[in-house]
Amino acid sequence: MRSPKRTDRASDTARLLPAVASMALALIVVGASLGAIAVSSGAPLWLVTVMAALVFAGGSEFLVVGLATAGAAPLTVLLGGWLLNARHLPYGLAMGDVLDGGLGRRLVGSHLLVDEAVAFALAESEPRRRRRAYWVAGTTLYAVWAPSVLLGGLLGRGLGDPQLLGLDAALPAGLLTLVLPAVRDRPTARAVLLGCLLAVLTVPLLDEGLAVLVALLGTAAALLPVPRVRRGADVSEGESV
Amino acid sequence: MTLGLVLALAAGTYAMRAAGPLLRGRLHISERGRWLLSVAAVTLLAAFVTVSACYESGSFAGWPRVVGVLVGGVLAWRRAPFVIVVLVAAGVTAGLRAL
Repeated sequence: MRSPKRTDRASDTARLLPAVASMALALIVVGASLGAIAVSSGAPLWLVTVMAALVFAGGSEFLVVGLATAGAAPLTVLLGGWLLNARHLPYGLAMGDVLDGGLGRRLVGSHLLVDEAVAFALAESEPRRRRRAYWVAGTTLYAVWAPSVLLGGLLGRGLGDPQLLGLDAALPAGLLTLVLPAVRDRPTARAVLLGCLLAVLTVPLLDEGLAVLVALLGTAAALLPVPRVRRGADVSEGESV
Repeated sequence: MTLGLVLALAAGTYAMRAAGPLLRGRLHISERGRWLLSVAAVTLLAAFVTVSACYESGSFAGWPRVVGVLVGGVLAWRRAPFVIVVLVAAGVTAGLRAL
């Protein structure tokens, strides 16, 4: 009884591997550039590495290194970081069925909750595969993140500019590949389109973290009744409005 | 940058991460509610992608990145393998910058 289940798991993992590995590779480069930037701006490397292990949310770590070393007030930095990470709360609610099981599992699984792991999970439609994708992606990415930050710091500026290699486009493109199959129906598509539009338009007005949260309003578009243009009786009804 | 700042950021971030999974064990959420939560997560993720494709610390990130991500998106839509999408997106962005 056990072995077929195990081979299932193994084949699920094997299927995920190329995508997870390339995501990990992109993350290694991003992590290394965070380490290099931190060291060159005078942040202690041990502290940045500890942050990578404990916070494990790249965007907020770049924010901390950038703002704190530029002399911003600690409270400003902290609020900015929290705000940028606030999207993890709704992510966590949505990942409830992926992270069910014992308390220990939930507590450990929560720390692996990053955009990429959520994206890998959402790209799957079947619950068992969803869970597998989340854990494989989450643990792999966690395992590479802090070490790559440390490595980047040690290598320092010898790394060169990741922007020259276009690597800043790699992570969004990778996430996009995972988001697309998760848009399974029209209501979801409407919510996504409205959400993205709201976020992009509000970035210049709000903080980036807040603008991403504003996208949640787009979810309302999924609830709207689908407007149908039909001939006949409905038309006169429409005209009277 | 201090250890206190790092610990506070880590604690707050972990609390926001764990809140969902811990609450989900206690709350009964209807089928429709669950669907809506996953729509919200997809929307959030898509918005995060869009914002990180277009902006770099609050200002426009420049066309090379936007075009690179868009080309990657078209390939992903045509069901190209993940590795190809990522490589082509990076390549297009790097190429446009080198022009």
